[in-house]
This record gives sequence, C-alpha cells and structure tokens, in this order.
Amino acid sequence: MYQTNNLVKDLVKKYGRRRDSLMPILQGIVEKHNFLTDDAMVEVATELDISAAEVYGTASFYSFLDTEPRGKYVIRVCKTITCSMKGKHEIIEALEDMLKIKVGETTSNGMFTLLETNCMGWCHKAPAMLINDTPYTELTRGKIIKVIKEYMEK
Amino acid sequence: MKKNKMINLKINNQSVSVPEGSTILQAAQKLNIHIPTLCNHDDLCVAGNCRVCVVEQKGARVLVAACAQPVVEGMEILTNSLKVRNARKHVVELLLSEHRADCTKCYRNQNCELQTLANEYSFGDHIFLDLVGRHEQMIDYASCAIIKDDSKCIRCQRCVRTCSELQKVSAIAVSGKGADMKISTFHDRPISHVVCTNCGQCVNRCPTGALTEKNYIDYVWDAIYDTEKHVVVQTAPAVRVALGEDLGYDPGERVTGKMVTALKQLGFDSVLDTDFSADLTIMEEGTELLTRLKKVLVDKDKDTALPMTTSCSPGWIKFIEHKYPKMLPNVSTCKSPQQMFGELAKTYYAEKKGLNPENIVSVSIMPCTAKKFEANRPEMRDSGYKDVDYVLTTREFAIMIKQAGIDFRTLESSHYDSLMGDSSGAAVIFGATGGVMEAAIRTAYEIVTGKPVPFDNLNITPVRGMEGVKEASLKIEGCKKEWKFLEGVELKTAIAHGLTNANKVMDAVSKGKATYHFIEIMACPGGCIGGGGQPIPTNIDIRQKRIDAIYEEDMSLPIRKSHENPEIIQLYNDFLEKPNSHKAHELLHTHYVERVKY
Repeated sequence: MYQTNNLVKDLVKKYGRRRDSLMPILQGIVEKHNFLTDDAMVEVATELDISAAEVYGTASFYSFLDTEPRGKYVIRVCKTITCSMKGKHEIIEALEDMLKIKVGETTSNGMFTLLETNCMGWCHKAPAMLINDTPYTELTRGKIIKVIKEYMEK
Repeated sequence: MKKNKMINLKINNQSVSVPEGSTILQAAQKLNIHIPTLCNHDDLCVAGNCRVCVVEQKGARVLVAACAQPVVEGMEILTNSLKVRNARKHVVELLLSEHRADCTKCYRNQNCELQTLANEYSFGDHIFLDLVGRHEQMIDYASCAIIKDDSKCIRCQRCVRTCSELQKVSAIAVSGKGADMKISTFHDRPISHVVCTNCGQCVNRCPTGALTEKNYIDYVWDAIYDTEKHVVVQTAPAVRVALGEDLGYDPGERVTGKMVTALKQLGFDSVLDTDFSADLTIMEEGTELLTRLKKVLVDKDKDTALPMTTSCSPGWIKFIEHKYPKMLPNVSTCKSPQQMFGELAKTYYAEKKGLNPENIVSVSIMPCTAKKFEANRPEMRDSGYKDVDYVLTTREFAIMIKQAGIDFRTLESSHYDSLMGDSSGAAVIFGATGGVMEAAIRTAYEIVTGKPVPFDNLNITPVRGMEGVKEASLKIEGCKKEWKFLEGVELKTAIAHGLTNANKVMDAVSKGKATYHFIEIMACPGGCIGGGGQPIPTNIDIRQKRIDAIYEEDMSLPIRKSHENPEIIQLYNDFLEKPNSHKAHELLHTHYVERVKY
C-alpha cells in the first residue's frame, strides 16, 4: 500500500473537479502507483463530491485502472484468439516458471504482477504481451527469459 | 405562455397527439395501450437499458425502446407485431436466464415485475441456457435492514438511479463491464458498511427480489406465541394511510380502525400508537428549539448550534453522520418517535402496568426500512433493554394479516389501547413532508404566545405540498412575559424531503448561504408516506393520495395540538416532570456519531 500524499490534490488542481476530471485523475494515480487503493479512491470521491461507489464503478470498468494491489511491473499477456493459436499458453507457462506465481498473482517482493489481457492489436506479431506500457511481440520462451531478466536487474 | 407544439402519430393504427418531447410510451399511455416496461420508472430518468418496451417503428431498421424514443410527426408505431412479440419474448427469456427464479421461495413472489412479464411472455421450455450459476453470486445478508441479492438482479439500474437522483447517496453504482457488470457498493463491501442510509427507496423501486427489506415476521410470531411475553405494538402515522394498498384498497384509503382491530386479532397484548410519542417528540423538540433560540438570542452562547434540524428520520440521521458530520450539533438530540415509544414501553408503561420490562417485547410497524437500523443502534438501549425489539414494515405487516387469514375488509373499527394510545392530529401529520414542522409550530407558537397559530383551522398551508424544498417564515407577536425575547422575531424554517433536497439545504446552510432557525428533513420523497417500507409500487400520484389521507385524518381528530394530548399531560405529571427535564434527557434524547465517507 502507498500514501497518495499530495498526488490527488495536485491532480485535482491540474484536471479540475468536474465529473469528467475523474478519468485523468485515476489514470494519474495509476501511472504513479500502478493501482488504486481504497483510500485513494475515497480521497478522489471526496475531492470531486461524488460517491466512492461511483469512483470504484468507473475504475472497475477499465482493465488498466486496477483496484487490487499490483507489482511495480505489470505483465499483461494477450489472451485473444490469434495469440492463443500462436502459443500464448507456453508464454504464460514460461512466465509462471520464472516468476514463481500464477496468473492474477503478484511476486512476494512486489516487483511483478502477471495478468491476461484482451486483444492489443498485435495479432500480426503474436503472441504478444505488455509490461506496463511497453509491448513485447513474437514471444518465445527464450525471449521471455531475456526480457524478464532485464527487468529483474533494473 | 408559448403553447407546447403537438405531435401527431399513430400507434397500432390509432391516431394520437401528444406534446413535443413526449416518448412513445407516454403517447401509448394516452391511448390506454399497454407497453411493458422494467427499467423505466416514473420517479427516475430514462435509462432504456432493459429493452422490454421495444416497439416497431414503420420505416426504421431496428426496433426502438418506447420509454426512451421521443415522438416524431407522422410516426407509425406497432406495439404488438410478430417482430415485437418475438423480440420481447427473447428479451424476457434472456433476463430470466440470468435471474435466479426461485419464485415460490422469493419474498417478492406475486409482486414482481419480472414474474409478471414471465407470465405473459415466457412459458414452456426456456430457449436460453441458464446462466445463474456461472458467476459466483453474492447475497449480502449482513445488514439488519436491507438484503441485496445479486443472483436476482437484472441490472435495470433503477436502484442506482434512485440512490443517485432521489437521494444523492450513490451507495450503489454500476461496476465491471460486459458479463461481469453488476450493481455494487464501494469495492463490494457489505451494504451495512457503506454510506447506505437504509432508506429503502431502492427496495421500493426494485422490479425483482434483488433488493428487499430484512424481514422479522417470524420473530414477531414467536413473541406473540410465547405466553410469557407481553407484546406491545406501535404503529407509525404513515402506515394507516398506505396499508390498504397491500390489502386490495386503492391508494389514499384510511384504514386506521380496521388496522387496530387486525393487530388485536393477530394477538398483540397491547395495540398502541407511535402518534402518542410523536406528540411527545413535539413537546421535547419544541422545547429544545425554544431553549436553543434563548441561548443564542439572549445568552449569546456561541456553542449552541442553529439552525436546528429534526431527528425523526433515521435515513436522514445516517446521511448527515456520513456526509456532514461537522453539523451533527445542529441535529435535535431528541430520539425519534419510534425510539421514544420503545424507551417508555420498557419504563413508564411497564411501571404503570406492573410488568417486568424483561418480559416486554416491543414491536413497531413502520413505513420505513431505516427504522430497523435505528432500533439496532447501540445508543437505543437507555431503558436498560433493547428499546424496540423488532421493526416491521407496512409490507411485512400486510403479510402477517394475510398469514393469519384475517378478512381485512369485513373488520370492524376499534380504538387503540391505553396507555400510550392517545394522539393528536399534529402527530398524524408527521407522516407527510412538512408535518413535523406544522405540528411543532402549532405547539411552540402557543407556548410562546398563549394563542393558537394564526392559520385557518390550524392548517399551516405554507409548509405543505410536494415541492422539494419549502421555505416558510412566521412572525412571532404577542409573546408571554417569559418569552419576550422572541417578540417580533421572524421564525425562519425550511422543509426538505428526499435526501437530494436535504443535501441542497445543508449545503446552503454549511456555506452560510441560508439562515434558518428550524429545518425539517425527511429522507424519503413525500416524507414517511413515501417511506422505503411502504407498499410497492410508488409514484407521485400514489404519494399525493397518501398525503391527502393524512391531512383528512388530522381534520377528523378532536385534538389537533400535541400539548393537548391528555396522555402526554399525564406522562409529564406522573413520570417525566416537564419537557427536557433531567429524566427526559436520560431517556428520550441521544447523540450521534461520525461515519465513514464511502
């Protein structure tokens, strides 16, 4: 868990208190902390004078506005048809072997979270995955080991 | 005034003209053509998400939702074509495929809009796979007032719109998307752990059994059958003008006398009236207001908060505890009539009747779901016992009457028992928005001036009516010696019903934009007559009829001022000494707590 300190207030200053300020504010928090804590959502609700349930409702609609704890690096493997046919299963296995976690889990050191995602538009270079905002394509077991090692050493 | 442009159209080949901006549904209603609806509700904005009301528009590519589509000149609509019937059947079947249809066990059996539609459109084999078990469905039993059962939810979002539009609470909102879309509280917490005020307006508008009150019918039967127990029952003012609706009467029928007889036949040992303690509330709250005015105007006491707000509505209390905790000192410390009654039942009543309070079971019949929460508040045990043991809604009470095989229509009228059964017209009007204000003014004005309020027949019409926020002021003239400091003071009041309106008033007060002395707030639209425990359905016409009945009841009573209720006079003489006495404070007043923001 994290403290938002003045982040929410700064974001509110930047984007305003209107109903349509909600999305950029939530994105701003996730950009910095990878996920939304309950406290952060309540803080946003109070600032915007809307209910916390509405903030949660909005956040839960978007896959990239996580409301559960996430690691520093969030890995999202495409689960849609093309990537599935091109060996997504093996990619997941490789990641699970390496990180010692299952899909949906976060490593105990808080570094990695492994998730699946819907189509990202990389079908022509399947299988594909994202680590935070960076796409990795035409994945193989070997490529996975190389990429993850780099992140581990960061 | 510019006349509204009229639009001409044909529905099922019948011509009709309606004002511009009307929907197809409204045009059809004018022709008495029934188009089924589910997500649509008269009190709420258009949603258009359930698709049950689809109709065929000649020349249009797809079917249109009658509740959402505005009329256009020359439009031709078919409401019962083959295409419409097939589509509607599929819509109903799809809704049913995601609905746990255990109708015979459901609390809403025979009063369920989905069930009614299923009767019309879906019989025989189901054409879609049953998807109820696909997701882990959550049933939230944790609250003592409201049960939320997602397995019966059809996601029409009436509850979400109710909570946001009428109440500005939004304890529930839409979360997730696609197949995972559901109605949830903040991060799916139990409804008892969030900002929900338990007002039950969502329960009144839920078309299925997804949101219901927690019912205590069997607990009450157990108490009645237990010969050791002395079971007293109190009935709130708004119950007598709405109970009939659940027993086959039209809205607005007063059934007070028959209701009392029915309670006696059910086996309650003593049938008493919350109206008695409503009169008592006026004595306590009126005195509290006058005392606060004196402290502020004469003693210049900076710690005394004005304006003072009423405290009868437990939905309102929980709302302010969550939303405006800094303004809690402004709320009257008086317990609600239900709780004052409960308190006295196990002290004063027990003493007078020579009963051991331990053997008294105190039941209340309320138009309200929030009263269930109120009765369970830890503060409500000043008698040394749980002051009110079980709270039943008007709906639960009607079920008990049916269970007992009572033919309500043929019942003779009877009177409430004594002690604590007498009441005044001022107490009855507690059930309507503006009623507490009117009752308080009738008494306070007379205490201060020695004269009745300067209104025809004591009817203080400026505080009545369905407007969301009402303001009224009254100049106090001809004060008695001890109240001279009020001479010429213009008493400023505001009345709000529905928490959205309450929020408007409190917002203005907290920002210093409005100066009032006294504010009446009721959580539910129309006041208690529109409470979350009242018969389903509800709409503005039904609520207006109940209000009309309340004022008729007031006019029909011989005593119409709280301070003239003989049992109240006796109570002060024999037990409480005087309003706001030390003993009254111990038993009849309370405090409030700050609550979470989610």
